[in-house]
Amino acid sequence: MTVLADVVFWVLAVIAVVAGAWVFRFDSMARATYALAVSFVAVGLALLLVDLDYVGMVVVLMMVMEMAVMAVYMIMFMGMNPALMPMSMVHDNRKAVVAAVAGFVLLGGGALLVPWPVRRGVPAPDGTAALGEALMGSKMLVMMAVSPVMVATIVAGIAIAAPRGRYDRLGDDLDRGRADDPQPGGVGR
Amino acid sequence: MTLQALLVVAAALFGVGLYGALSQQVVVMVMMGLELMLNGVVLAAAAMWWFLAPDPTGQVLILVVVAAMTVEMAMGFAVATLLHRSRSADMTDMATDLSR
Repeated sequence: MTVLADVVFWVLAVIAVVAGAWVFRFDSMARATYALAVSFVAVGLALLLVDLDYVGMVVVLMMVMEMAVMAVYMIMFMGMNPALMPMSMVHDNRKAVVAAVAGFVLLGGGALLVPWPVRRGVPAPDGTAALGEALMGSKMLVMMAVSPVMVATIVAGIAIAAPRGRYDRLGDDLDRGRADDPQPGGVGR
Repeated sequence: MTLQALLVVAAALFGVGLYGALSQQVVVMVMMGLELMLNGVVLAAAAMWWFLAPDPTGQVLILVVVAAMTVEMAMGFAVATLLHRSRSADMTDMATDLSR
């Protein structure tokens, strides 16, 4: 089982990194999006190998949907042929490569050289249940903080992306008696 | 599968994402780079959780990182939509004045 887990992990690791690298090599932004989705799915499946069942599935499901939205978004707004369009839209490529390699060497070197402590404790028999109990108990504050942030994100996203806001409809001082809408509504009073 | 192996893979993901975030001109591609970096953070956090302290606190931390990824993407899409609508810009070089 351990050997099989090792093999599966390394296959997923190679897929995750190679697909991640191809994100910036594909000539099509739609394909780049799919490559990123593949990278996320590989990492999500790798999480399952360390008994992070819930988090792993959340990552897979959320990122697949997110990449689908991203693909639609790019096809809508970027005005690019989603199939094949040669592109090389980079700046400071050399500096970026140097920074990326330096970051990898620093982090990877640290991972290999740091004398990591031994494991403390053992995982709960049902990790998902333990996570749920923590979120609804001792870690409730985390949920209480994340939830309003999510709501604020929804409101802010709509406010920023909406084509017409209340100032467009009711004037800069919000004192226009009748909203200036392209398609007037109401009952004509 | 060891802690070091997982962390090296996470570092590779972070490095690839860093390259994308620094080099890409299209706003959405920059966001993809940031997502890849956070992908590496999630993997590193999972490795730390499993090999060092496998209690629920680590899982909660990973969920917070996933939530941060969601917020980043949602706000990034919203800002990119506004940029596209207001000045037909989809490249970072066309919106450098926003950094002032």
